[in-house]
Amino acid sequence: MIRETLNARRLLCPLPVIRTQDKVKQLKPGDQLEVICTDPGVMQDIPAWCRINGHKVLEIRSAEYEYIIVLEVC
Amino acid sequence: MNQQKKAIALISGGLDSMLAAKTVMEQGVHVEGINFFTGFCVEGHTHAIREKDKAKPKRNNALWVAEQLGIKLHIVDVIEEYKNVLINPKHGYGANMNPCLDCKIFMVNKAKQWLVEKNFDFIITGEVIGQRPMSQRKWTMPIIAEQSGADDRLLRPLCALNLPPTLPEREGWVDREKLHSITGRSRKPQMAMAEKFGLNDYAQPAGGCCFLTDKNYSAKLVDLWQAKQTKEYELDDIMLLKVGRHIRPRPHFKLIVAREEGEGRFMEGYKREFISLKCSSHSGPLVLVDGDPSAEDLYLAASITARYGHGKNAEVVDMAITDKDGVERTIQVKPLAGETLPEGWAI
Repeated sequence: MIRETLNARRLLCPLPVIRTQDKVKQLKPGDQLEVICTDPGVMQDIPAWCRINGHKVLEIRSAEYEYIIVLEVC
Repeated sequence: MNQQKKAIALISGGLDSMLAAKTVMEQGVHVEGINFFTGFCVEGHTHAIREKDKAKPKRNNALWVAEQLGIKLHIVDVIEEYKNVLINPKHGYGANMNPCLDCKIFMVNKAKQWLVEKNFDFIITGEVIGQRPMSQRKWTMPIIAEQSGADDRLLRPLCALNLPPTLPEREGWVDREKLHSITGRSRKPQMAMAEKFGLNDYAQPAGGCCFLTDKNYSAKLVDLWQAKQTKEYELDDIMLLKVGRHIRPRPHFKLIVAREEGEGRFMEGYKREFISLKCSSHSGPLVLVDGDPSAEDLYLAASITARYGHGKNAEVVDMAITDKDGVERTIQVKPLAGETLPEGWAI
């Protein structure tokens, strides 16, 4: 299992979702991806993308004006 | 035993594409969605930036539709490829800078490429004859099918009965009798169909889902091209057209004035790429200066900036000017007087 971080700061939705989708394609089941964003829209969009594509959201948190989502590739 | 047929549906996030996909799914076809991001999609962007829109849901409607339908959605970044569609539209622009017919041909062509790569059987769109003045007309339907290369693998379930049978209908992959004959701009047939399917929450964007159909946005895009003296753009250019008040006092520079805190916060991210201004003696907006201003131009920019802050009626205000390297200096400036900006400055 590897854990990678994706810097999606300053990108507006749906670009953080697209970058997440593209990164996940390079990962294997069980790998984890931490996505760091500044668009609050990701709080809905990335979990929705995970639900329809069968991936698991492990953590959602916000700090200052950043939004961090950790997902596990399934 | 017949193998289950597979269709790729163009999902915009609106009601029509949702109903088109649902109509075909009801016939036992495996459907997946595809959504193209051109950089001009209205989807969420300004809602995410502007404080006044905070109450609006920040969902991506295409993702939401896919989830309601229970299908996969593939979101494809076409920002670079789309430039040629916008800059050189074979079929021209609509009322504003919207190249709707070329855009539809482009998207269906991209879906066709995807279909070939993934071994799917046909394409679904939510097009309705007469729904849109430029791209959804009786005469545009065969043009889109032909010039996209999709030909008769392009099925429009909502208006199929008004068109010649396509391959999926002729081959019996879908039952033509269960398709529809909707025409015109009325939304009533779609709303009735949504109710029948139990779909009671869907997006109904008043001006469509593309910034290029917006008169004010289009004016800013034309101004950008005129200033650059070329019809080229980068993603940051077109993102910044969505925020702030744009003022061009001289042909070689313009100001982007944050209208509220949310926009100011978003624009902070561009301070390494633009000279920025902010009043330091009174509260006021963050302003980015796009172009190549002289010292005299910066004084003018500072006086314009001052009129949007709380010091607008002061004799002079202190204005911090920060260059792209982060070096800051402060000048004193008299706020630009007058009820309105000189004619032609506001874009």
